[in-house]
Amino acid sequence: MKHKVSTTINGRRREDEVEARLLLVHYIRDVAGLTGTHVGCDTSQCGACTILVDGKAIKSCTMFAVQAEGRQLTTIEGLADGDKLHPIQQAFWDEHGLQCGYCTPGFIMAAKYLLDTNPTPSEDEIRKGLEGNLCRCTGYVNIIKAVKTASQVMSGGAQPAETPVATTASGS
Amino acid sequence: MAITQMIGAKIHRREDPRLVSGGGRYVDDLKRSNTTYAAFVRSPYAHAKIRMIDPSEAKKAPGVIAVLTAKDMEGVILGPAPVAPAFVAEKKTVPDRPPLPLDEAVYQGQPVAVVIAEEKYQASDAAALVHIDYEPLPAVADLEKAIQPDSPKAHTALPDNIAWDLTYNADAEAAFAEAEVTVKERILQQRLAPTPMEPRAVMAEWSPHEGSMTMWISNQGPHFIRLFVGGALGLPESKMRVIAPDVGGGFGSKICPYPEDYVVAAAAKITGRPVRWTESRTESIQVTTHGRGQVFDVEVAGKKDGTLLGMKVTQYLDAGAYVGTFGAFQPCACLLAGGGYKWKQIAARTVGVLTNRVSTDPYRGAGRPEATHLVERIVDVFAREIGMDPVAVRKKNFIQPGDFPYTQNFGLVMDSGNYDGTLDKALQLVGYEQVRRAQEEGRKHGKYIGIGLSTWIEICGFGPSAATAPATGGIGLVESAQVRVTPTGSVMVWTGTHSHGQGHDTTFAQIVADTLGVPMEQVEIRHGDTAEGTGFGYGTYGSRSLAVGGMAIRRASQKVVEKAKKLAAHAFEAAEEDVVFDQGKFYVKGSPDNAKALGEMAFASYGAGLPEGMEQGLEAVTYFDPPNFVWPFGAHVCVVEVDPDTGAVDMKKYVAVDDCGNVINPMIVEGQLHGGIAQGIAQALFEEVVYADDGSLR
Repeated sequence: MKHKVSTTINGRRREDEVEARLLLVHYIRDVAGLTGTHVGCDTSQCGACTILVDGKAIKSCTMFAVQAEGRQLTTIEGLADGDKLHPIQQAFWDEHGLQCGYCTPGFIMAAKYLLDTNPTPSEDEIRKGLEGNLCRCTGYVNIIKAVKTASQVMSGGAQPAETPVATTASGS
Repeated sequence: MAITQMIGAKIHRREDPRLVSGGGRYVDDLKRSNTTYAAFVRSPYAHAKIRMIDPSEAKKAPGVIAVLTAKDMEGVILGPAPVAPAFVAEKKTVPDRPPLPLDEAVYQGQPVAVVIAEEKYQASDAAALVHIDYEPLPAVADLEKAIQPDSPKAHTALPDNIAWDLTYNADAEAAFAEAEVTVKERILQQRLAPTPMEPRAVMAEWSPHEGSMTMWISNQGPHFIRLFVGGALGLPESKMRVIAPDVGGGFGSKICPYPEDYVVAAAAKITGRPVRWTESRTESIQVTTHGRGQVFDVEVAGKKDGTLLGMKVTQYLDAGAYVGTFGAFQPCACLLAGGGYKWKQIAARTVGVLTNRVSTDPYRGAGRPEATHLVERIVDVFAREIGMDPVAVRKKNFIQPGDFPYTQNFGLVMDSGNYDGTLDKALQLVGYEQVRRAQEEGRKHGKYIGIGLSTWIEICGFGPSAATAPATGGIGLVESAQVRVTPTGSVMVWTGTHSHGQGHDTTFAQIVADTLGVPMEQVEIRHGDTAEGTGFGYGTYGSRSLAVGGMAIRRASQKVVEKAKKLAAHAFEAAEEDVVFDQGKFYVKGSPDNAKALGEMAFASYGAGLPEGMEQGLEAVTYFDPPNFVWPFGAHVCVVEVDPDTGAVDMKKYVAVDDCGNVINPMIVEGQLHGGIAQGIAQALFEEVVYADDGSLR
């Protein structure tokens, strides 16, 4: 039996008929076709599927699609302003906060919620705020840096870096 | 001469804007029309006889298209999965690995049947309805038990559990005869799950009209998949296309082809529909190859003044239920057991052992971290025995910069090194004398500070064909590249390596931009599709992509410049040796104002009036066969505080000094180091795959 569900994803309203057991993450990926939200585990540990539900960071594998009825969903695809990256996306780029990129959308969405609720977190608060997300490539060092940088930019403390180009010339 | 602008520069990664925006293209993101979904039915037992499989109920479940077992693979998959022979051991028992077992399951989670259904959830539902009658058999899940003569056998049909038993050097007696001191240690390397954040995923599409297969797979070396899986399906390589798009990490676990890869391809052929399978994390921990799983017995002979004389080392390696496709790589730990030190003799033996656990295969470093750990540990034990500072023992025995090229005890020629240099720098950065004093002082007050010290060498850049071909069944681990300049000056580059987080799109573009003297934006790097580029690509593992693949790209780019230079000389009506190439422009010596850009030469190369005998076009293919491996080195120091009551470890400081040769992009190199150190710390403090005695995962 299928159930009607209407949601707003990244500002766009949609209505679908889904099985009651369909996980929200599969709804986003397979029904709405937004594949930036990733599945990295089946135990709600990795955070790769983190999105915002009514502004709050949620691991979208822990909700059923039908539970999103009437909710505002924001995924990684909804973060940039046209061609202009969100400061958190820009900071992950600038600080080399990603390698394989698979965990990255989840980290960015978790960081978005963190900075929305605590615009100038300490390093400890950043680590705690992102403890629900796992990365296997970076050792987290540059992820923490990226969130710090984004926090400074978003709270007006620093200007975003120019789109990076070659920054040094190292002789002949 | 061109001025280097890009090599050595911290350039932000070109792949990132896409990846931070949800624009990744991982296998599970790709869509084909009419796709079906696979779910595997797995053995709950580590060892069991499969008496009967009854798929009838599953076949009736909603959406089910097929339920396939070993019998259905007959005639579609033509033989057992190949294993790289790796070496000729005195004894070698390599059990055949069928994609699905006919009558005996030999590790928990082994796929026994597969359900193909219209929808993902339907496939999982139906998999639960496949009834399999198992007769549990005694399992062996312990390396040390498995080598006992009365141990249960991992495979009932095999004579014992010894996969190989190979002695590299038998003799260290002369060195031990001089010994004033000997120390002994058993050193453990627990099993680890590589755990890339993207689980494995594969999709296969069969075209009956063309008799061709396309496979999308999360893998580190698509050409090897084409070779192995295409071969098993009886397809010529021309009819098998393998695409590894964005790959969410590998760490060695995505080199080999897996049973699921063969079965998904076979199922696509049998059903005539595209078939997709994406691993769950539970499956990933259970059935993706594990790393390490080794025990070393090490004995060292030395003198009281700190001189190291000889080593005897035996590696016992838990191969798992089948010898991993590249599982025989890990014995390289024996060949590197001497580390950066001079030894009169090293005797080394490796024993591969079959157990009822999932296969081990390369994982982050694959044999080399094991070598580092064993030699550094035993040197510490030796230092303690003779009452000498571990730094002093190391410095007394280092191979010296003037000794290179240095032929070590196993005949490998180490190219260069300054081991005192990296160690001194690390000690200075960590403040070695101060932390030693703090350690001493702390003990008086019940504060326990530990200082971990490790120097390391690695054999990287796999590798020279003469050395590597015997280990791969005849394919050397050289690397290929193709560089093409189109008529309007776009540069297309194909590499046989694969990027799954290493940032090749950026690093390799830096090399090409410098060599051709063109802006990076003009350079397109492509990899991961066997339908494009050179005849064979060798993939990414063993710290080889830049050292071998980067050189191939560099040389192919140089060939392009050589041809363009001939063309420029022709256009200038000058002798070739009078033509200068500088920052993407050709001119006759002394006349830099009258220059022609590489792009102009590219356009001309496709037209008329070329020099006599020159063919049209501006492109080059190179296979780079490195003259030797590369030998990076370094020193790491870690300071921790240990709670004597709970054993909890608090890391206070970690210093790493590494010499990795010419750095193309320091930002990417540092990122790789962060990740490697994190995985090393994780192995030391947190990670282990633990099995119960019956071979089930705990």
